[in-house]
Amino acid sequence: MKALAASAASIPITLFGLVLVTFFIGRVMPIDPVIAIVGDRAPQDVVEQTRAALGLDQPLYVQFVTYVGQLLRGDLGRSVMTSNTVGQDILTFFPATFELATTAIVLAALIGIPLGVLAAVKQGSLVDQAVRVFSLIGHSLPIFVLALLSLLVFYARLGIAPGPGRQGIVYQDMVDIRTGVLTLDAALAGDWGAFWDAVAHLAQPACVLAFFSLAYIARMTRAFMLNELRSEYVITARAKGLSSTRIIWRHAFGNVAVPMVTILALTYAGLLEGAVLTETIFAWPGLGQYLTVSLLNADMNAVLGATLVVGLIYVALNLLADTLYRLLDPRVR
Amino acid sequence: MLNRRLLLAASAAAPLAPALAQTPPGVIVMAKQIDDIITLDPGECFEFTGSEICGNVYQKLVTTPNSNPSQLVGELAESWEAGAGGKTFTFRLKQGAKFSSGNPVTAEDAAWSLQRAVILNKSPAFIINQFGFTKDNVAQRIRATDPRTLVMETAEQTSLPFLLYCLSAVVGSVVEKAAALPKAQGDDLGNAWLKQNSAGSGPFMLRAWRASDSVTLEANPNATDKPATRRIIMRHTADPSAQLLGLQRGDADIARNLSDDIIKQVIAEGKFGVHKQRKAALLYLALNQKNPNLARPEVKQAIKLAIDYEGIARNITPNTWAVHQAFLPEGLPGALTEKPFSRKIDEARKLMADAGLADGFEMSFDYASTWPVSDIAQAVQANLADLKIRLRMQPGESRAVITKVRARQHDMSVSRWGSDYLDPHSNAETFSINIDNADDARNRTTAWRSSWLIPELSARVMEALRESDPEKRAQMYIDIQREHQRTSPFVIMLQEIEVWTSRPGVTGIDTGPMNDRNRWKSLAKA
Repeated sequence: MKALAASAASIPITLFGLVLVTFFIGRVMPIDPVIAIVGDRAPQDVVEQTRAALGLDQPLYVQFVTYVGQLLRGDLGRSVMTSNTVGQDILTFFPATFELATTAIVLAALIGIPLGVLAAVKQGSLVDQAVRVFSLIGHSLPIFVLALLSLLVFYARLGIAPGPGRQGIVYQDMVDIRTGVLTLDAALAGDWGAFWDAVAHLAQPACVLAFFSLAYIARMTRAFMLNELRSEYVITARAKGLSSTRIIWRHAFGNVAVPMVTILALTYAGLLEGAVLTETIFAWPGLGQYLTVSLLNADMNAVLGATLVVGLIYVALNLLADTLYRLLDPRVR
Repeated sequence: MLNRRLLLAASAAAPLAPALAQTPPGVIVMAKQIDDIITLDPGECFEFTGSEICGNVYQKLVTTPNSNPSQLVGELAESWEAGAGGKTFTFRLKQGAKFSSGNPVTAEDAAWSLQRAVILNKSPAFIINQFGFTKDNVAQRIRATDPRTLVMETAEQTSLPFLLYCLSAVVGSVVEKAAALPKAQGDDLGNAWLKQNSAGSGPFMLRAWRASDSVTLEANPNATDKPATRRIIMRHTADPSAQLLGLQRGDADIARNLSDDIIKQVIAEGKFGVHKQRKAALLYLALNQKNPNLARPEVKQAIKLAIDYEGIARNITPNTWAVHQAFLPEGLPGALTEKPFSRKIDEARKLMADAGLADGFEMSFDYASTWPVSDIAQAVQANLADLKIRLRMQPGESRAVITKVRARQHDMSVSRWGSDYLDPHSNAETFSINIDNADDARNRTTAWRSSWLIPELSARVMEALRESDPEKRAQMYIDIQREHQRTSPFVIMLQEIEVWTSRPGVTGIDTGPMNDRNRWKSLAKA
């Protein structure tokens, strides 16, 4: 409990460090943020007025103190790119990423973990080799190639998957947005046509991301399982005549589950951070795309806000992993 | 190596999937990069996609037909006249125009719309403000005298065509006062509401805009000219390959951002319609006159003669940029289409020798690291190497390049310039006016950014601005451009071409040199 409290206490320090580094990197970029706001054509007096209005004519440390003050009041500032508050933007873009990442991690875990276990149990067999090749492909092929190949095969050639975007034309703007998670919103509205359309659009990018993630999950599961299967307690269990299923899933996997929590949490955090290339190719308006476009437009409030959210996600999932670790492994309680 | 091009080649070689899907009847779907939209308030909108949408949702007092972009015609105004002294202008509005709400368009709406653009003072406001309007005087100087008459008083004598061209810009759009003003938050005159809603009299009205996702527009039931399509949907599709797939599968009717290599493939296959339009945008080299070598007239001329314009256009951008060498793009009134420069390397070497620089020199070259600018920059590097000019290549993000050029810290840069409004003064001002070359000068035009001090040429540009006779005025700009080609530190190379790729059966594509002149009213599909 004490260790958990210490972890929680380190969160503000981590976040402060994140804001500090991101803020100063943003300010020393060779791009004038005022140009991003008023445009290249604006008269010089408008440029200077805007610079003064935004406080960008102040020393860096004054700008930083002002920004942190705003943050403490819950004000992430306004995005130049969308004209909305950054808070509103994050509420708009993050649910799309959440929907995609959550589906992907669930798929990756459901397929990757059993594959890893199977490969370890059948070590050296054809199944093991197949899983290793499968994992290698998933982990080494660039994700944009996977995404384009997937579109080419399942959308363009076979015609069994819908194209890019979150909705078909028929359902465009037909669902009231409540949570931003389109499948959930369609279900809440009882519009099952829109629900299945959203599921169909979600399937392809989620499978691409899941393939990428499950390769890593399967490899790690295999490695952890091999380690456990060589342990003395497994040999003892076998000598006592326990069934293979019980030995593998109850005894060995029970111990593998502990480090796998960290693997899954970090993989999920990576997906929530925004899979930029996948989001771009599948025209998925998520946080990764928002962050990238903001960065290219020198929209520093948006970059800082989105980075902070990503940081919070990492910290929260790390804390969750720590907590689960302690619950699952009595040795670290 | 597996890349996008290879994937597309594979796509073209493989047989197509079963039956192609179709977008619903009466709906046109465009696959387009729409993440440049910041707002859809015509008083603020200045971006490519937003301007195009505003141009189809709102009407202006006057506009220009795409069949003849130099011709000014009334859109909401049926007539106009300049008073004696050229400072008072009276517009008479047509009868029968209605907003999407069903309310008639009045002179009061037009006056309020122009007043709010001045008071809001957003990025495009300078187009109106340059006539001497300020937030303090605009209510007096732009006013409705009856429901169909609007009177405008400029601070100085003004050329009528110049005023009309400026009023034909998006910032001159007429917004329904009764719809927008009640939605005002504080003193924003409905700005926040109009970012995501519309109150116009154009052929379409805005139904929804989701940033980086989609824009949906419905036909305006009260429009004077009813559109041929009941709904237009723009879907954000960042990747050109995905746009092509959408077109092939029938999920999109029109693809708007195909890359040059994909367009080449599409033209070769002949399955889709390809519509091209020259836009009011230029790509040019800027030679900073602070660099003593670049300030020599012979060196400027030698560089202009060393560039292989045709080779660059043919090999790098055959479908998306065409050779153009004057500061007014083709399609704008007064544009000069002469191309006096081609690669003449012997002549260029002689000029370098005359300047005492036969062994060349070294300088930095800033350019955006995106296609096609990066490829063009490499071609320029190779061309100038023949003059023994050694370029230190400095690729960067486009806004970083702009920041550096605005600070006059470059030697040579390649930049893109799009006209702000259709009048020749838009480009003439930036490329040919600089009367104060000080580092803290107030008017930092493109000429200033290249440290090119030109009091005489600047005076000629201002003289052309004041000229009321359209023919005489056009000739003045032609003469200014010839002088500019001879003496300026700008190597204007290419003019942008916009390409619409459409499925068979799509008709009525009507595009113009400015984005707001891409008109969707006649767009339809069989």
